[in-house]
This record gives sequence, structure tokens and C-alpha cells, in this order.
Amino acid sequence: MLGTAARLRDAGVLGLNERNTDYIMRLNPRRYYPRVDDKVLTKELALKAGMAVPDLYGVIANQGEVRTFPDIVENLQSFVIKPAAGSGGDGILVVTGRSERKRDCFRLSSGEIISEGEILYHLSNIVGGQYSLSGNPDKALIEYCVHFDPVFANVSYQGVPDIRVVVYRGYPAMAMVRLPTRASDGKANLHQGAVGAGIDMGIGVTLNGVLDDEIVDEHPDTGALIEGLEIPHWNFILESSAKGYEVTELGYLGVDMVIDRDRGPLILEMNARPGLNIQIANCAGLRNRIARIDEIHNKSAEPAERARIARREFQLERGIQ
Amino acid sequence: MKQRYVYVLAALLAVMGLSVFLYKWQVLGFPLGEDQERPVWTIEAAVGFESGPGSITAQLQIPALTPGFRMLNEHSVSRGYGFGTDYGGGGRVAQWTIRRADGDQKIYYRISVYEDESVDVSDTIPPFPPMPVINEPLKTAVDVLVRDARDHSADTASFTAELLRRVNAPSPDANVELLLSEVSSDAEFVGVITKVLASARIPSRVIHGFPLSGRQRSARLVSWLEVHDGDQWLYFNPATGEEMLPDRYLVWWRGNEALVNVAGGSNVEVDFAIQENHFDAVTIAETQAAQLGASSVDFSLYSLPIQTQAVYGVLLMIPIGALVMVIMRNIVGIDAFGTFMPVLIALAFRETKLLWGVILFTLLVALGLSIRFLLERLRLLLVPRLSAVLIVVVLLMLFISLTSHRLGLETGLSVALFPMVIIAMTIERMSVVWEERGASDAIRAGLGSLVVAVAAYVFMGMSWLEHLVFTFPELLLVVLAMVVLVGRYTGYRLTELQRFKALGLG
Repeated sequence: MLGTAARLRDAGVLGLNERNTDYIMRLNPRRYYPRVDDKVLTKELALKAGMAVPDLYGVIANQGEVRTFPDIVENLQSFVIKPAAGSGGDGILVVTGRSERKRDCFRLSSGEIISEGEILYHLSNIVGGQYSLSGNPDKALIEYCVHFDPVFANVSYQGVPDIRVVVYRGYPAMAMVRLPTRASDGKANLHQGAVGAGIDMGIGVTLNGVLDDEIVDEHPDTGALIEGLEIPHWNFILESSAKGYEVTELGYLGVDMVIDRDRGPLILEMNARPGLNIQIANCAGLRNRIARIDEIHNKSAEPAERARIARREFQLERGIQ
Repeated sequence: MKQRYVYVLAALLAVMGLSVFLYKWQVLGFPLGEDQERPVWTIEAAVGFESGPGSITAQLQIPALTPGFRMLNEHSVSRGYGFGTDYGGGGRVAQWTIRRADGDQKIYYRISVYEDESVDVSDTIPPFPPMPVINEPLKTAVDVLVRDARDHSADTASFTAELLRRVNAPSPDANVELLLSEVSSDAEFVGVITKVLASARIPSRVIHGFPLSGRQRSARLVSWLEVHDGDQWLYFNPATGEEMLPDRYLVWWRGNEALVNVAGGSNVEVDFAIQENHFDAVTIAETQAAQLGASSVDFSLYSLPIQTQAVYGVLLMIPIGALVMVIMRNIVGIDAFGTFMPVLIALAFRETKLLWGVILFTLLVALGLSIRFLLERLRLLLVPRLSAVLIVVVLLMLFISLTSHRLGLETGLSVALFPMVIIAMTIERMSVVWEERGASDAIRAGLGSLVVAVAAYVFMGMSWLEHLVFTFPELLLVVLAMVVLVGRYTGYRLTELQRFKALGLG
């Protein structure tokens, strides 16, 4: 057991305790948490910083406003409902279309048909705080449903694949793409059964996939190869993530982005407590990269500069060929 | 930098807790183990006399300085008498007074003592005694005896030993025979010795006491010789000249004063009875601490009413449970619902016992969960739904109790001890996780909670630990220090070793 611990330490693997005490508590002041925990605020701040985000159609802030939902979505075919203070992808409902026979029935990304009443109930639950971190009353966001870029079409099952970049003190440190599976119910969360694939920071090409802490080569539902996918707009994605530091001032930050077919990379949300699965997906520990960033850290570097440095520093060796 | 503060704080807390603990254990004698008992001797002096026509004043010598023993308590039982104690020439004197009494009187004085090696109280250095006035022909006999003994000795101790050897010789010389011609009791014998010692300018006195052993109906006073050599008091066996005290010798009083003195009464008799009891060591330690004026005892939990003590006996185990949970969460890395839910469940296990506790808990959560899924269909708002779950939990508890009572399983009744609000919240959290992350995640976290609860129960149920924490609540500071230290533990959790295993191979 001690041997395993020593090997992990040598590999620079970051553990939960170390992440919590040494990074989150030190670099993420609690007063900045609302900037990422309230997705409405995140969206505002990101927009102000000139970043691209999915359009916000409406916010339902209390039980009384739940009734306004049909008005908000009246002219919409697809949209996403999510709790403003949700975590881990809980409580997100992706509506991809309306039922052709009944106007007030909606089709979810899973293909399931759901009535307006059920959506209203879901909204009530969100507003009541069922999905919020603290159990406090929450808000529900209704926003643009991303039409993901065809590059991921073969390696995702329903849902929207997203890209998670861990940004340490403004420098992108590690990235992965999260691919929904049938098991994850279309959600891009690793602990719900989505496949994670590490990304070569230098060139933006996917590595092996990881499913439930095990390495996989193919997507479990589609059978397509996961490795070697080139992610479009890679430089822009890294620059946007780096800019996330200016927006939130959180030193240990997870930035989640999606690539829209029409609008390019969009910031979905940011996270003050990004998980450690990204290490498994990349088959690499975070600590070495963090130590390297501490070495080269330059307070006055611009986001674009920081993204460039991250690409140079964290390019995998085989990528040079 | 911050890390160092944490270590300093933890060290401070631990040192504080441990030093109070050591003080109470080593100095005040609080027992480490439970049910420790120490022998306590109760000596009862019964003074009987026939009352005269007038007022009565009865005086009894009672123990004052008792090397090797500490007093636990003393009482006087005497109907209608005024009672007081005072210091007299031979030590302490108990005095009873009454204006008028009829017939035979019996008054009792009772003292309880226990052994304590650390008690070594001797009184102050006495002055050289004045030359006693001794008339001829005794004076010559004393002078010869003193001269002979002095010739054959080096210091006070050997002088005394030599003197005692001579007076105890099987065929004593004429001087000794003359000296002892009027001696009729041990006490008088020792009295004569002190007189001889006084004429050699050696301070000495008779002590009277009891070797304590077991139970004695009418204990006899044993007289001993006490000699001061300029530095300390030495004890001599007057019959052999050996320098020693009998085992467990309790000094009752010193000097030549009479044991009892009743003015206004006649036919005075004193009977001593000795009884050996076993007392709880905690009680003794507390009495002792109170006598030492140690303030730690004023804050002892044993001074609380018994019922409150029982409550604290349980409450003080919660920090232990919390420590177990901190370790299970942050070092082992087990997922559990709710931060303190497992500890509260473990508390309930104390009453239900483990097996039934696990069965009832599982039953309650499983039933609650299935009803919660039914409620889901009603689409209730969050708070009403939580309340509904709570009410269902209460009803389920009632149902389980009634059913098990019908079946003759009385253990089922203890289900009422489960913290229902916590269970309701657990059911709600579990059902949300079930919906969002699937059954396996929900069941895993549920089992995790149960495992942590069982671990907490095992530790919280250790009766020696409970005794230790109850007797030495300052040990909770040490627990606090440990929790603070774990709070800065940055190493891997055990479950992470498994989770990141693949990364260690590459």
C-alpha cells in the first residue's frame, strides 16, 4: 500500500486532500466562489470579458416564475435547463425538440418524450434547491442548446461532449474531453459513466479514453476510436480557459467548454473544485505541471501568452514528430 | 507557513490535554481503568460511659497526622451532643458536650482512611525536652541506663535501639527492673522509655495506633515509640528496638494524654472497631483532590447529577465518533451521506446493539426509499416533500416497533432511537443520487455510511475508552489536535490508491 502511494507520488498524482488543502483553500478565496457557483453570474462575467457563452433565454428565480416557462420557450425548438448552483451535471435537462403531435410535449436528448408538466416539476425542484450545493433555494437557467461540432459525432452517444481545462494560476495545465455514453445518460460527467480522454496540450489531439478509471481505446457505444481526434479551435480554447482566471480570480479552476457547430467554442461553466479524474484521462499527474507553472509564473503575462506557454511546456514528446 | 501554525496548535492542544491528564492520573490518582477499587478502612471509636447529674464534656483523641494514610471523611454520631474538633497537645481532639444526659451514654466517632504512600506528614522539629524531674532511687537507675546506652551507641537511633535492647533483655539488670516495676501496660512502658530518652535530651513520644488489616471487632491500640534524631522522626518497636513501623499502622494520637476524658461521666470505656471496605478509586481521588484544593475537580463530570452524567457519558463519545469519521473520510476515503449522519447512527446503535441496529437501519432506509419513489410521482415541492418523507419515516418507525412487538422481538422497539430527521435527509439525498447517478452510486454511498457508522460504533462502544474520556475529558483536546492534524493531511486517501492505480504503473 505504501509502495503504491510512493509510486503515485513519484508520478506527481494529486490526491483529494492535497487538492483541497494546498490548492483550493489557498488559491480559491471563498468570496470568489459565487462567480462560478452561480451560473447566471458566470455568464454575465464571461460576457463582460468578451468570451463566448451559450445564449441565455431566461432565468426562473422562484416558484412563481415557473409559470412563465412556456412563454420563455414559446419560439424555441431546443434548449437546455440547468440549475444555477448545480454541481456535477446534476439537474440538467437537454431538450432537443418538440413532439410533433403534441405542442406541449418535448423531446429530450435521450429521445424520451416529456410533458410540459414534468418540466415544470423539474423547474420547481431546481428552484427549491434540490440540486444546489448547499440545499438553498436556487435559480433555473434556460439557455441555448449547443449543436456540437461533427468532430465528436462518432465518439459520443446523445448529449454534448465537452472539454475540461484545468487552469492553474491562469495557465492551462491539463485538459480532457468528456464524451457522453449510453451509461452516462448523455451527460458528460465521468463519474456518471462518460468516457474521458486526455488531450495533448501542445497540439490539441486526443489521447486514450478512460471509462470508470479503466483505459479504453474505443467508445463503448459507437465503437469509434477515441485516440487521435484533432480538436478544432484548440488555441482559442486554451486562450479562453486562461482568460477564465481573469474573470474569476480563482487560482485553481476548471473551465468547461463546448464546441458549437456554428458558433465555435463556448464557455459552459467554470468550477472552483475541478475533479481529479483528468489525471486518469491523461495518464499523468497534475503536480509536476503545477510545479512547472509555479516556476515560470509571470504575473503580468496576458492570457494569450499564458496559453502559448502552456502549449509549449505541456506538449507530449511524441507530438513533436 | 500555515502548516507550521497547525502543528504548533496541535502540539499545544495535545500538550495541554496530556498534561492535565497526567496530573490527574499521577498526582490526584484518578484511575485509568474502570471499576478500580481501593481498600478504605473505617475505624469507629465507641465511647461509652454513665452520665452523672450535671453537664458532660467528653474528649477523645482523634487522628491528626497519619503518615501513609489519607483521611477520606470523618463523622460523629451522638444524639443531642454538641460536637467539635480542636487541636490539642497530642494532635486533634474531638469534643462532645451536653447540658444533661440520662443513663448510659454511647457516642461514636468514625473516620475513613485509605493508604497513600505520598503522605509523609511529620510535625515540626521539637525542642530539646527539659530534664524530667525524677526522684531517687529512680534517678540513679535512669542515669546509669543512659550512661551505659550512650557508651554503646553512636547516634540517636543507635542509642534508642541500645536502650530498648537493654530494657527488653530477657534477664534485665536491677536498674531496669526498678524502672519498670510499676509499668502495667505497653503505653506506660513506652512512657517510661520517653522519660529516659528525655533525660538524655532526646525528643521522643509515645504514639498510639492500629495496624490495619481486615475486619476487627474490638481492635487493640498498639503503642509505638517515636524518636526525633534532629532531622526527622524515627519509629521504633518498643518491644524489640527495631526501627520500623508495623504494616499499615495508622497513628491515632501521640503523647501521654489519655485517649478519652469525660467530665461529668463515669465508667468510661472506649471500643474500637475496624472495617475494611472497597471504594471506587474515582471517589477517593476526587476527595483527595478536593483536599489538595485542585480546581480541576470542581469541573469534574462526577460532580454533576447522575442523570446529567449519563447524558455526558454519551455526548463525550461523539468527538471520538467524529475522529473515526474524519479518518474514514479523509484518510481511508469512504463516501458517506451527510457529514455527521454516521456518528448519529452509531449513537443509535449503542442502544439497539450492532446487529439489530444494522438491520433496522437498512430496513428503515429501504422502506423509506421505496415510499420516497412513490412520492416522486406526486411532484411535490421540495420542502413539503422532505416533510412528507420525515412523516413517513416516523410512521415507519412506529410500524416497525408495533410489528416487532407483535412478533415478540423487543429489540425492534429501539428503532425509535434512530435520529429521524437525519434518516429522512439521508433518504432524500439517497433518492436524488439514485435518480441522478444511478442505483450503484446511491447504494455504494449508503453502504459507505453504514460502514463508517459501524466503525464509529465500535470505537464509541469501547467501555474503557468511555471511562477514560469521562474521567479525563481533557483528552478531548488531544482528539481535537488529531482532527486538526488530519485537517492538514495532504497525502493520498486509501481509496485513491486504487483509483489512480493505473497512473502509478506508467
